[in-house]
Amino acid sequence: MTETIRPDTSHVPSLTIGGRTLSSRLVVGTGKYQNYDVMCEAIDASGTDCVTVAVRRERLVDAEGRSLLDFLDTDRITILPNTAGCFTAEDAVRVSRLGRELLEQLGNPGRDWVKLEVLGDKTTLLPDPVGTLEACRELVADGFQVLCYASDDPRLAVALRDAGAASVMPAGSPIGSGRGVNNPHAIALLLELLKDPAQGGDPDYPVIVDAGVGTPSDVTIAMELGADGVLLNTGIAHAKDPVRMAHAMRLALESGYLGARSGRIAMRRYASASSPFDGVISTIPGE
Amino acid sequence: MTITVNGDERTLEKPLTIADLIRDLGLEGRPCAVERNRSVVPKAEHDSTLLAEGDRLEVVTLVGGG
Repeated sequence: MTETIRPDTSHVPSLTIGGRTLSSRLVVGTGKYQNYDVMCEAIDASGTDCVTVAVRRERLVDAEGRSLLDFLDTDRITILPNTAGCFTAEDAVRVSRLGRELLEQLGNPGRDWVKLEVLGDKTTLLPDPVGTLEACRELVADGFQVLCYASDDPRLAVALRDAGAASVMPAGSPIGSGRGVNNPHAIALLLELLKDPAQGGDPDYPVIVDAGVGTPSDVTIAMELGADGVLLNTGIAHAKDPVRMAHAMRLALESGYLGARSGRIAMRRYASASSPFDGVISTIPGE
Repeated sequence: MTITVNGDERTLEKPLTIADLIRDLGLEGRPCAVERNRSVVPKAEHDSTLLAEGDRLEVVTLVGGG
């Protein structure tokens, strides 16, 4: 008997960014967890192999505190240091360099990676587009692979791509707001400009929706729009059951990825019956 | 000699290298990055970098973040 091998249509392939390949398209943050044990379980449940971290002053008074680095398997997980808390390009560049120095000491593969954030104000935490572009240029010139947190402005995304960003990461909505993808049309246009060859784009240019995810359907929506991945932190860390939520986010990402590539049906004004009308024994109104 | 470490002033009794300072701070053997007057000093240079009057240092590590 000849066996027909059907391609595995459930497979979600790896994602390559800045020369490095991630097996999972979900990137998760390590902030805001109740404790490190829950964080580790949630990271495992999310299936991720890339986590974000922040660069902060050593707390010189507290030598006994356990460190994040004691809990992350840095051989398996790529660490993506962020520049969170920076409001100028200059500070973001300084923090990026300190992050790189730390990852060099750890021998982590993410050592030339940075998640660039240049924020406008402490209330909205929205990106400052001018400072972000300025810092992106400087970091690219300094040899960084810049994964660039940005607003959902399609033209800013093009400018960041042109400045050499390894990935543009538009916010779905403000960081930690749980409001999901506020402007799907803007994200769709952004994806078109960056990925459609007819628009000067490259289908392989990685775009990650970063920030604002509150619930798994937000992840699915971002992926259905055509994003390559999703980065989130608070949606998992502050859920009542972070580990279960991490698992749900993983499934949501897979659903969105596969759905986006399965050719969804067109929306119709009226219904289209799934069961045939031929052979019905009933009386149909108006017929 | 007075220097500033992570925003706080410290008086040094004798000349120290960055490696000495990290030892005094109890951070030896832990991953930490040092910025001196806004430039990173790579770990390989900690032994040979002498601190000078008025130096402003940032000693940082990685913490949870998004």
